[in-house]
Amino acid sequence: MNTVLLLFYVFGFLAILAAAFIVYTRNVLYAAFGLLVTLLSLAAIFVLLFADFVALTQLMVYVGGVLVLILFGIMLSNRVAGRAIQSESVNIFSGSLAAGVLFSWLVYFILTAKDILKLPGPDLVNNSVAAKSSITTIGIRLITNFALPFEVTSFILLIALMGAAYISTPEHHD
Amino acid sequence: MIDMPLTHILVLGAILFSLGILAVIVKRHAVVVLMGIELVFNAANLNLVAFNRYQPELMGGQVFSLFVMVIAAAETAVALALVLKVYQYFRTINLDQIRQTSED
Repeated sequence: MNTVLLLFYVFGFLAILAAAFIVYTRNVLYAAFGLLVTLLSLAAIFVLLFADFVALTQLMVYVGGVLVLILFGIMLSNRVAGRAIQSESVNIFSGSLAAGVLFSWLVYFILTAKDILKLPGPDLVNNSVAAKSSITTIGIRLITNFALPFEVTSFILLIALMGAAYISTPEHHD
Repeated sequence: MIDMPLTHILVLGAILFSLGILAVIVKRHAVVVLMGIELVFNAANLNLVAFNRYQPELMGGQVFSLFVMVIAAAETAVALALVLKVYQYFRTINLDQIRQTSED
């Protein structure tokens, strides 16, 4: 078993474990740290998949931005100081049933689509594309092939952030 | 070296997706529900990056995973602004205790 495959299984197991911990734990702060471990493991898996820029963006946007926002949300919506913030669970049976059915459905389709998935992918190691960083290619594609989605996404981000700033400011009675 | 089986990556994505859905259904704390949605986003991202190996020249999968991250960041910002507003009004963010949408 080669090193890359071993690392993939280690980080994948870590991601699953931390994601299960998010569902299991009742402490909201612990759940946030579980999400942190999941995001870091997924960043490592992205590196193993030759997606270095996506992994860096995952670290900066998710770990540095989204997770900090979530932690702020937990801190600011906490009434009693000095006590752990609990999150109760409901619908455990029906929720597990729904998630289990969804999971087996997904795995069924993944396994039956094997003939499609076995299409020989390009050998990334011997391919000159992967020998250099993917940043150059992504940058070129962002302003050529994907220019319209790029602009639309930037508008969505601008509008969403303006809306969030407007919503969260205290109301002005004037 | 690249023989990382695509099926295993997809199954990992499926597991993370199901756990995210489970967190959304089971948890009643609004921020934890948000974390479940983030898990779902990350599972989708993993699939996009995994399928990127079929078109390494176009980089479609990686570029779209970047778009997913941007949308996730925007969604989190709006959702947390709403969470703070709801908390200021109801003094709780337990989703089962929030029943009215307008003050009357």
